Amino acid sequence: MQTQATYDYQVVRQFAIMTVVWGIVGMLVGVIIAAQLVWPDLNVHEYLHFGRLRPLHTNAVIFAFGGCALMATSFYVVQRTCHTSLFLPKLASFVFWGWQLVIVLAAITLPLGYTSGKEYAELEWPIDILIAVVWVAYAVVFFGTIGKRKTSHIYVANWFYGGFILAVALLHIVNSAEIPFSLMKSYSAYAGVQDAMIQWWYGHNAVGFFLTAGFLGMMYYFVPKQAGRPVYSYRLSVVHFWALIFTYMWAGPHHLHYTALPDWAQSIGMVFSLILLAPSWGGMINGIMTMSGAWDKLRTDPILKFLITSLSFYGMSTFEGPMMSIKTVNALSHYTDWTIGHVHSGALGWVGMVSIGSIYYLLPRLYGKTEMYSVRLITLHFWVATIGIVLYIASMWIAGVMQGLMWRDVNVDGTLKWAFIESVKATYPYWAIRLLGGLLYLSGMFIMFYNMVRTIAGQKAVDAPVLAPAAAH
Amino acid sequence: MSDFVSDTWHYYVVGLVVLSLAFCLWILVSNMTKREKGPVTLHDHIWDETLQEYNHPLPRWWLYLFWLTLGFAVAYLVLYPGLGTRQGQLGWSGKSQYEAEVKAAEAQFKPIYAKYAKQDLAAVAADPEAQAMGQRLFLTYCAQCHGADAHGAKGFPNLADNDWLYGGDPATIKTTITGGRNGAMPAWGAVLGADGVKDAANYVRSLSGLANDSIRAQRGKELYAQNCIACHGLEGKGNQALGAPNLTDRIWLWGSSETSLIETISKGRQNQMPVFKDFLGEDKIHILSAYVLSLSKSQDKQQ
Repeated sequence: MQTQATYDYQVVRQFAIMTVVWGIVGMLVGVIIAAQLVWPDLNVHEYLHFGRLRPLHTNAVIFAFGGCALMATSFYVVQRTCHTSLFLPKLASFVFWGWQLVIVLAAITLPLGYTSGKEYAELEWPIDILIAVVWVAYAVVFFGTIGKRKTSHIYVANWFYGGFILAVALLHIVNSAEIPFSLMKSYSAYAGVQDAMIQWWYGHNAVGFFLTAGFLGMMYYFVPKQAGRPVYSYRLSVVHFWALIFTYMWAGPHHLHYTALPDWAQSIGMVFSLILLAPSWGGMINGIMTMSGAWDKLRTDPILKFLITSLSFYGMSTFEGPMMSIKTVNALSHYTDWTIGHVHSGALGWVGMVSIGSIYYLLPRLYGKTEMYSVRLITLHFWVATIGIVLYIASMWIAGVMQGLMWRDVNVDGTLKWAFIESVKATYPYWAIRLLGGLLYLSGMFIMFYNMVRTIAGQKAVDAPVLAPAAAH
Repeated sequence: MSDFVSDTWHYYVVGLVVLSLAFCLWILVSNMTKREKGPVTLHDHIWDETLQEYNHPLPRWWLYLFWLTLGFAVAYLVLYPGLGTRQGQLGWSGKSQYEAEVKAAEAQFKPIYAKYAKQDLAAVAADPEAQAMGQRLFLTYCAQCHGADAHGAKGFPNLADNDWLYGGDPATIKTTITGGRNGAMPAWGAVLGADGVKDAANYVRSLSGLANDSIRAQRGKELYAQNCIACHGLEGKGNQALGAPNLTDRIWLWGSSETSLIETISKGRQNQMPVFKDFLGEDKIHILSAYVLSLSKSQDKQQ
């Protein structure tokens, strides 16, 4: 039974294409700054200096690449699982153009040196306001669509998307509270250690909600769809959802171990980070166990390869994270490249691969096809990306542990055994390997871009008809 | 000292932490279902044609992992600070750990440095072991500005030559490290005018025999006599009591080109050597002074 109405795919198409485009841009900037560490002479101009490009890289991959992937998939998933078209499609279009404007403004202002100095929240106050407006519009469209759903129950993917949208709104507005000084300069509304604590409450929940809850929503739709299997456990999804969103909020202080932050806050940050292990793994188990009965598909289906490998990296980095939050481990790992390795096993492995897999699923379906132009190119992309990740994180682990050990090494008279610059010198080979890993991952994105163009070229955009919900049995 | 402005915040923190842990416990306990006999059933909702969910119970090993971390959390919060102002059974604090570590380090390392404290600087400078320690101290605390080889950089004096801004006798070197130095050359741009600055720069270059415009240097000499001799002296030999550099030699802190001299004269210079008295303590400064002294002594031998 089908009705005449169709799903609103226009905004999904726009966001899906921009996911690939911004992925290339963001990762290219990442490769440039990785090269600058190997060859400092590449810091050719103040606009292209490491210090200015690094926040551009993080903003572009998290909010441009990741953000577009989340918006594309959430607008798709919420319609398909609610069996209804979008609430206020014009507002959804505003979300797309508004978000692209935010990204373009970031790409202009960050190299020019405009920054509020807060990590992952560097954009200055006029852009912060724009983000807040776009985000509220996003929430209205998403929850409005949930509101007019034709099913009695809300599918689990939508809980995660919903939790992500609400939490990010809260995080952004609280952390970006600032007092404008001029058009492009403001000062934080908080001072001293409170400012640091709020910044890392934001910073870690950007990881927890933007980079985890949102992508778990993605996982809960695209893994069972692509595997053609039911989700492993409804109960597990309930328990790990509530435990995850309740616990992540506490984990921020582990970014401030052994600082002026009071002991009690550091302890709480640490114990809740450890508690996070089980709720995080709940998502991994539910995704991977969904494959049971369909493991053979992994041999031939590169999209499933992306999705399942992403879950493996998710499990790995959510084990590593709690370990690194233990104060004694943190005393070694903090401020070293180990942190960079940890972040990228989550970013390239989990966030990147689940997004790439989902977009490969999505693109043909938005143009009336069932498959990408070339499945072999998806397989090639998978292997290039996987080797890239392994080179990246392994080199950063070694470099990080080495730096941590060198920095704490003392002579018999208590003086430092290594001047800081000697640890820099010792890290060069690992930075070169990291650059190679990043280059591989980036080249995978170019393969994806080509495959996308060939899939779309000459095809008409097709909006699928809205399906009537299946009757409960 | 409490971190809170009032007790309310203590109870607020305790309440939230306990509530959060209790919430995790409750959601676990309320979902501890046993596996039912027979094949696992499907939840009776279908979304988007194919999306369904199994009624699998929570995996046992995962449950144990969750219990384990919750147990750890409770135990840790009993033993360590975490519940508001509560200190924890072990009485541990970040500050006490720091103090204990410093104390242990002092006990271990202080005698090593104290051994040389009573010796004369020249004797310390002649002791190879003390020299090795001095070099390590130098590489840790001084190399950032003066360079690993102590040859300095623009604005940071070379310590391995025999030219001293404030004097190179043992006692003065020690005074410099202990109390730091503030070198201030005033800005003369407004007083002398652009032309005057250029004239003065040419005269200064003539003092050390560098190429100069002799007409300008002639005019500059008068300006020098009026404005510069107070610090740099009539002959331009400088004044170590003030840290005013000798202008007649070929050693330049900020460069000898006409351009850099014009910049120095018109805008002035601010140089700062930090105070190390409290940071390093007298014993380490003693060894460090001997090392710096030896740097120029070894220069003597080479010459």
